[in-house]
Amino acid sequence: MRYLPLTDTDRQAMLGRIGAANIDELFRDVPKAARRDELIDLPRRKGELEVERALSALASKNVPAGSVPFFVGAGAYRHHVPATVDHLIQRSEFLTSYTPYQPEIAQGTLQYLFEFQTQVAMLTGMEVANASMYDGSTGCAEAVLMAHRITKKKKAVLSGALHPHYRAVVENLSEFARDDLDLGEPVTDGTEDIIARIDDDTSCVVIQNPDFFGNVRDLQPIADAAHAKKALLIVVVTEIMSLGLVTPPGEMGADIVVGEGQSLGNPLNFGGPYVGLFAARQKFVRQMPGRLCGETEDAEGKRGFVLTLSTREQHIRREKATSNICTNSGLCCLAFTIHLSLLGEEGYGRLARINHANAVKLADQLDAVDGVEIVTPTFFNEFTIRTPRNALQVIDELADKGILGGVRASRLWPGQSDLDDLIVIASTEVNTDEDRAAYASALKEVLS
Amino acid sequence: MSTIKYTEEHEWVEIDGDSATIGITEYAQEQLGDVVFVELPDAGRAVAKGDEVAVVESVKAASEVYAPVSGEITEVNSVLDGAPATVNEDAIGAGWFVKMKLSDTAELEELLDEAAYQAFVAGLD
Repeated sequence: MRYLPLTDTDRQAMLGRIGAANIDELFRDVPKAARRDELIDLPRRKGELEVERALSALASKNVPAGSVPFFVGAGAYRHHVPATVDHLIQRSEFLTSYTPYQPEIAQGTLQYLFEFQTQVAMLTGMEVANASMYDGSTGCAEAVLMAHRITKKKKAVLSGALHPHYRAVVENLSEFARDDLDLGEPVTDGTEDIIARIDDDTSCVVIQNPDFFGNVRDLQPIADAAHAKKALLIVVVTEIMSLGLVTPPGEMGADIVVGEGQSLGNPLNFGGPYVGLFAARQKFVRQMPGRLCGETEDAEGKRGFVLTLSTREQHIRREKATSNICTNSGLCCLAFTIHLSLLGEEGYGRLARINHANAVKLADQLDAVDGVEIVTPTFFNEFTIRTPRNALQVIDELADKGILGGVRASRLWPGQSDLDDLIVIASTEVNTDEDRAAYASALKEVLS
Repeated sequence: MSTIKYTEEHEWVEIDGDSATIGITEYAQEQLGDVVFVELPDAGRAVAKGDEVAVVESVKAASEVYAPVSGEITEVNSVLDGAPATVNEDAIGAGWFVKMKLSDTAELEELLDEAAYQAFVAGLD
């Protein structure tokens, strides 16, 4: 097939139609400071080996997660992914057929999607789960839209300790659904009074558990308060490993649970692609976004799988569809399913306990450093410390000593000066006793 | 005594004084195929003519049902909750969707009578 590029006439016609004078005008939303007027001065040609050397030299300026003691979390977590996972997802039966266009003949794909849904429902303590969203944040925004459809109300109350990236995605989508958002201030110690903000106009309460700073809370009182006002409780879980130890949101009154599944099966991947989890109570199933796989019997009475409730989806219901999510993170969700299957119920719980124990050990060691205060009284594998110096400098100096020490809270809340001295720190099963000792001693040096 | 009127959206309205029973027509259920779910409103809701009052979902499609007249929903057919196929079996009878108390009986004038509806349907094929 020949590739026929557009002619100048074609381009002018298209620009004329949308009222732009030239191609550059299409980029006017990009801030001037981020644009470059001249072309980057690249050599005309280089040998492959030379390019490799040049790029390796550039890459070596990074401090990769796997190269040093690593304690960064805040929504993306470094866990050990067994080699089996990568081996299995790369089988061509899975790798090349990630979205089943003629679903019923792809029984293997449908079966793992069904098992994925079952796992997500079990982890979250909910009755029904879909076959994945793009990531936790888009799942969160879809949950707010779903609450709007169910309650016919528009005011979403967001916890101030919700991950700011999640909040931003909710803001983005709710603008088009004309939802009103009631945004909270970041309360760092898990004592946010979100109940006071729930009223008769509230469609949903969105709360993250463990929250951005790491606090684990009992959500039942919040669920009760929301339900008393005919509002839904949406629980966000950014670290799915936590559900191996923390009470599932479904047992604390959640109506919708959304989560980021990256921790199971998926490496950090520079921030994506990840896999969004979405679960709800059975009575809301028809208002759920995304794909649902169901179990059935064929004409001979044999167990089989089908995509079900498709009439909610955009290819049938067009603009009335519950969501415009079209494809999803199929391969990432397969990795999730395989990793969790390998762990099993017991292994998953044990791994969660190791995560928690590691974080507690680290918190104790850092707490012993002069001037350091633990801000989060109850946590899973992530907690927040207050340091006597600006967190930006502390983290930079730790990095100079070969420790990636965490995320400064003010990075997510620019301009919020009361967060300037806070560092959010995660410790998973990948951290060793030596890593923790190295962190504590480096922090001591940085602060002395 | 009651009379039955129709809309071009394939709803029927059985009128009895200032109350009305509403459902979808035989033609509509046939076009939809097997009905698997009917989403009904809450009783007590006030609706204006043209508002979406229900969603009927079949194996082929999900479609909105619009209020053919204005008024208040007084009752919904709870049978459809457990047995949505009633719509296929008896669209004009046991498969009704909602009962309404009319707020403006003048609106009934705009509805089609049996002959006009049948002529409309005949024109669709």
